[in-house]
Amino acid sequence: MQKKRSIWFFVGLLLAIYGVAICITGLWELKHPLPQPPALVQFHAPVWWGAILAVTGVFAILRSARNSL
Amino acid sequence: MQLLPAAYVVMPQTLALCLASPMRNSQLIHLSGVDIFLIVTYFVFVIFIGFYARSSANTGEDFFMAGREMTAWIAGLSFVSANLGALELMGWAGSAYQYGILAAHGYWIGAIPAMLFLGLVMMPFYYISKANSVPGYLYLRFGKPTRAFSAVSFAFMTILMSGINMYSMALVMKVVLNWDLNFSIWLSSVVVAIYVALGGLRSAIFNEILQFVLIWAGALLIPILGLIEVGGWKHLMHQIETNLGRTDYTHLWKPLAHFNQNPMGVHWTGIVFGWGFVLAFGYWTTDFLVVQRVLAAKNLRSAQMAPIIGAAFKMMVPLIVILPGLLALSVLPFHLLPESVAIATGGHSYNEVLPLMLVHYCGPALIGLGVTALIAGFMSGMAGNVSAFSTVWTYDIYGAFLNKKASDQHYVAMGRWCTLVGVLVSVGTAYLVQHTASIMDYALQLFSFFVAPLFGTVILGMLWKRATNAGGFWGLMSGTITSISLWAWVAHDPAALRYVALSSAAQGMAENMYRALWAWIVCVTVTIVVSLMTSPRPAAELEGLVLGSTGVQVVDDAARWYQQPIFWAGVVMVAFIALNLALW
Repeated sequence: MQKKRSIWFFVGLLLAIYGVAICITGLWELKHPLPQPPALVQFHAPVWWGAILAVTGVFAILRSARNSL
Repeated sequence: MQLLPAAYVVMPQTLALCLASPMRNSQLIHLSGVDIFLIVTYFVFVIFIGFYARSSANTGEDFFMAGREMTAWIAGLSFVSANLGALELMGWAGSAYQYGILAAHGYWIGAIPAMLFLGLVMMPFYYISKANSVPGYLYLRFGKPTRAFSAVSFAFMTILMSGINMYSMALVMKVVLNWDLNFSIWLSSVVVAIYVALGGLRSAIFNEILQFVLIWAGALLIPILGLIEVGGWKHLMHQIETNLGRTDYTHLWKPLAHFNQNPMGVHWTGIVFGWGFVLAFGYWTTDFLVVQRVLAAKNLRSAQMAPIIGAAFKMMVPLIVILPGLLALSVLPFHLLPESVAIATGGHSYNEVLPLMLVHYCGPALIGLGVTALIAGFMSGMAGNVSAFSTVWTYDIYGAFLNKKASDQHYVAMGRWCTLVGVLVSVGTAYLVQHTASIMDYALQLFSFFVAPLFGTVILGMLWKRATNAGGFWGLMSGTITSISLWAWVAHDPAALRYVALSSAAQGMAENMYRALWAWIVCVTVTIVVSLMTSPRPAAELEGLVLGSTGVQVVDDAARWYQQPIFWAGVVMVAFIALNLALW
């Protein structure tokens, strides 16, 4: 019988994709500042928030990779 | 009134450009390539999950009840997520801007006690009776007429609510991204129809979990950055009080001593009894949209723990909804307006506060994440309504009255078709509600019509053995008629509000709360009187359906004390009380 993936696997995968995309965008913005920056741009939120999402996503994938619902 | 001294904040350039002339018809957000990538990826995931869940949705139990194999965590998060739709995200953020911290009552007194009550007291009856729906429980407890009445009224309400979700989403996409209303309505409808029709409740629940995580990922940055910008919670409260010149925006209970001492125009009795008791208990314990998620739990303990886990997360939602509204009172350099005034003057309305705050703090990629979170919230609300409608139609209307002897496969096929039809009818109602002045008011009206009296019927059915079939039916019928009549009375003669809400100082929001309270009182009174005048049902017929009958075990003797639902409900309750005292 085929084993079903847990929903947490899909959640982790999406978070990882989003995290990487957001983090890369943030890093790119370090070199190429936005012409119209948002408030608190000096905190570089995309970099650390993207990294947090990516790490959380990878953790969820690893935890759920072998689990079924 | 100037909300903020010019030197109070440094206005970010993006927001300044968007709002240099804060006109409603200007597009708030311009999506970059990475934003579009994030949004498209989300839609691909959602549809993929629909196809993935399809292979596990072959029987009626699979399609309508997700196989009854969900863990407490998944059922609990889905329970909260199904409610985290348009009203939650946009409506309550706008209410926080309009009413201040009083809006948090919608999450705390207006949800937490009811959710804990569902887990501890009501869930054993729902779960052990093996009813597939709330009307299904009413059939077992009160017979066919009560089931028919509640199923039809629920189906009617659900389709209207689904339409509200669609319209709200389309409206936001129009304001935020300048997307065409028709494009947004049809895009969201088609996606929801595909994944719910394919995978049924399992698909809806899985997507709700995905949406719940996305909503937090997309919205949590706003309060984090907002609190940094204003210098912390105490500074925020101080700024709001200074800017507005009043303290009723920053206290939860103090301003509720009188109708005219708070921006909601409501008395604490309305909040506690109308909202906290009747409307909240009615919605969280009898609205099948949310109860269906808990019925999908794999055992009774999971079914009891699910609403308690949901309550813990629900208590935290104000962080991403109410707090942005409060922060907007401090950091936005212009006033937001009531919807009707915003339309007339071309300004921004209260309901736009969340996207405005998103623009304030987020650049490319984070904007895409935030917009995806909004779309996810709208779609989860819509999918919840459609999947609940499909179940009630198939089991409680079609299977109960129109075609009683069809095969299980036939009912699954009917469920899939019903999902598609439900979405189409919702699209129609989405166009109808375009003329509604206030989306929140519209939703509360529907709840007071159908949910408040239903709560009276269900709670008496579960807790009072003597309640009879006739009592249940006539109580539900009279409560619903009372609620609709009171609405019609005030609609015809606005001065009648003073009689409905028991005060000449009452305002619109109070009407919904007191109307719900009257509907519940009439329902309970009629149920009791009619029951006492009719013959009671034999005890053997009530087994597993009512308190005191055999077959209902509320406490799991095998579980350790820290595994008992009542322990965790106590933890959540203590946190709930502490929050209310801290913000008194």
